[in-house]
Amino acid sequence: MALRNTISGRISGRGRRSMSSWWGSVEPAPKDPILGVTEAFLADPSPHKVNVGVGAYRDDNGKPVVLQCVREAERRIAGHSNMEYLPMGGSVKMIEETLKLAYGENSELIKDKRIAAVQSLSGTGACRLFADFQKRFRPDSQIYIPVPTWSNHHNIWRDAQVPQRTFHYYHPESKGLDFAGMMDDIRNAPSGSFFLLHACAHNPTGVDPSEEQWKEISYQFKVKGHFPFFDMAYQGFASGDPERDAKSIRIFLEDGHLIGIAQSYAKNMGLYGQRVGCLSVLCEDEKQAVAVKSQLQQLARPMYSNPPVHGALIVSTILGDPDLKKLWLKEVKVMADRIIGMRTALRENLEKLGSPLLWEHITKQIGMFCYSGMTPEQVDRLTDEFHIYMTRNGRISMAGVTTGNVGYLANAIHEVTKSA
Amino acid sequence: MGSSDRSRLGALLRHLGVEGPTSSSISAFPTSAAHSAFSHLLQAPEDPILGVTVAFNKDPSPVKLNLGVGAYRTEEGKPLVLNVVRRAEQQLVNDRSRVKEYLPIVGLAEFNKLSAKLIFGADSPAIRENRVTTVQCLSGTGSLRVGGEFLGRHYHQRIIYIPLPTWGNHPKVFTLAGLSVKTYRYYDPATRGLNFQGLLEDLGTAPSGAIVLLHACAHNPTGVDPTLEQWEQIRQLMRSKGLLPFFDSAYQGFASGNLDADAQSVRMFVADGGECLVAQSYAKNMGLYGERVGALSIVCNTADVAGRVESQLKLVIRPMYSNPPIHGASIVAAILKDRDMYNEWTIELKAMADRIISMRHQLFDALHARGTPGDWSHIIKQIGMFTFTGLNSEQVAFMTKEFHIYMTSDGRISMAGLSSTTVAHLADAIHAAVTHAG
Repeated sequence: MALRNTISGRISGRGRRSMSSWWGSVEPAPKDPILGVTEAFLADPSPHKVNVGVGAYRDDNGKPVVLQCVREAERRIAGHSNMEYLPMGGSVKMIEETLKLAYGENSELIKDKRIAAVQSLSGTGACRLFADFQKRFRPDSQIYIPVPTWSNHHNIWRDAQVPQRTFHYYHPESKGLDFAGMMDDIRNAPSGSFFLLHACAHNPTGVDPSEEQWKEISYQFKVKGHFPFFDMAYQGFASGDPERDAKSIRIFLEDGHLIGIAQSYAKNMGLYGQRVGCLSVLCEDEKQAVAVKSQLQQLARPMYSNPPVHGALIVSTILGDPDLKKLWLKEVKVMADRIIGMRTALRENLEKLGSPLLWEHITKQIGMFCYSGMTPEQVDRLTDEFHIYMTRNGRISMAGVTTGNVGYLANAIHEVTKSA
Repeated sequence: MGSSDRSRLGALLRHLGVEGPTSSSISAFPTSAAHSAFSHLLQAPEDPILGVTVAFNKDPSPVKLNLGVGAYRTEEGKPLVLNVVRRAEQQLVNDRSRVKEYLPIVGLAEFNKLSAKLIFGADSPAIRENRVTTVQCLSGTGSLRVGGEFLGRHYHQRIIYIPLPTWGNHPKVFTLAGLSVKTYRYYDPATRGLNFQGLLEDLGTAPSGAIVLLHACAHNPTGVDPTLEQWEQIRQLMRSKGLLPFFDSAYQGFASGNLDADAQSVRMFVADGGECLVAQSYAKNMGLYGERVGALSIVCNTADVAGRVESQLKLVIRPMYSNPPIHGASIVAAILKDRDMYNEWTIELKAMADRIISMRHQLFDALHARGTPGDWSHIIKQIGMFTFTGLNSEQVAFMTKEFHIYMTSDGRISMAGLSSTTVAHLADAIHAAVTHAG
């Protein structure tokens, strides 16, 4: 009787709600600086609002896009996947295709099985797995992170308990690369340091080293014996050509570096919410690659056991079919071209408005983001007065700019910067 | 040194501010393959559970049987995608308005609400009072890990008690989450049932505030569950000592075939107004294994606390994988929110549970018919997907070698992997192992 009373909700006297919570001292956490922007945007009732915050591609009508190749892949998959657990390391087929994108279609390294690779939870998951791996097997190491970088990079290595240091990257005065500062930091870091490099379309600045500069960076890495870890979240999105966008990685491979790479299909295949990516670590030989892969799996198992199957199926369906792959490459170029077009339009609009500032960097920078150079206060004015949402570091997601809003955006930016 | 190397060297030296290249100032960098930063690594051992399937796949025998990992199989030995899941899938594919955008960090809101209702009950006072925070996670594993990390950061006690035995991945999940793992007695090999006295003693001597992992139903690997009366005693003991319950609910609906009945243990704890954590998985009960769908719920004393807790959970998730995968959660939400589909699901779920119960009886009967020595009644007393046979590792190895039967070395068999046509083979193997080996 007492048992049934308890179950039906009548409090038996012990464990009353009046007991204080275990979590009474839990502080409210600050909002994520990037994802919090979209939350605020969604809550805004203004009809003029513009979201140039999170890096998710929009078409010229400001609508999210599902690529045709993805729709077709999904159509083929529906009704056929048995939804069984993938192996801990993920979809073998998806990984094979993904490595080809990064290392080259006919890469000897792939043929020689020297690459330890596991499917990951998009780029975030790949970075986190690597950070945990670095902590476990190189516990005395630190990670050198560019200034600035995607804010979540700091969170990832912090939660993996790998100490962080920074290296110079962005040059505010020129709104370009601080190459001399970067080379100094590479040279001065202790030999064998771990460095995080953005393979292309640096987030948030859009500033990439030139090919020549990459070669010099690679050389200096050799001299110092540093470990290069590439975060490649925008392959295809920078120039429109995935092969070109992988140039930095190929340079390092030619120079014989044993690199690590985090790859993501969030942007270039529009698979954001599917969480599809790949972590790879190039090893000395096949035996070492087998060992490294087994250890990466040991880190994945207590985190999520095995990665989600649906997104991986989409990727392998597309990349495994020559026609679908061709379609994908076309669609990636369309997205990249639209962004390049919007860069030109934004810059022209600002110059036409007679802005006293220089806006050349808008078209020099590359990829999804433009580091405008605006201050947090100016960004706040954009939000408060014009209902334009972006991260407070002045980063504009060009993917959110359309022919419909570029004039409004330029006008607003001009208003808040003209007396700067 | 070639001319291109020389010019590259020159460019570099200019950056360094050194006047002109000298052949002695910088030696040629090592051109042989770089030495790996990870050359000291050893290969990790196979995962004890997932490794069973790896070994099974390698076996060329036509009569091999995989009773390792807990994934449901039909009578024909095939994986099963529920009809209702296929329906939901088609709905999603046909809905052209659907996009693949990032979910919020906490996942699909609709999914979270429906998952909380499923485990706590639609009329749960905790839900009505907004005292529950639910976040979508990567199946049961992900829910346990995120919950564990949260506890490691915000809870004053770092010790978690897990039952002996438990799912092999539990200790790893909690250790990596920053908790210190201890065990409490659970399984009694002599009776092949619950060591209730041992359980009460061990929880009774746990430090105040310690976390206790509880299998909500269908204990993995033993299939031994407390009765409702025993659950009530456990509840009273835990509340009196301020022990924090962390439920792992991976088999709701699979144990008895009834979703509400399988949630009684959890609801009992929530009904007394206290706090708890619950990890839910849809891998088995909706057959969504590889889609990695699950939810972590934390029941708090007040709505304000629940809000703050949710904000802190986001800080755990963001640097782990940013936000959870959308596909599986969309399927679950589509099914749970539609009355027809929900009903269809409960019917298919009961069919799976019933087939497993039938396999239990068939195996028991087969062993009885062979006069296999020993008491095998635990096969029909235990609950859920697994039977803890009581076979030792030598007997298990014998069965693998001689009969190509694959199971974990602790003697756990997945009943879901059996069918009417293969029961005889298993019974023969057990009979042989018990009479000849170990």
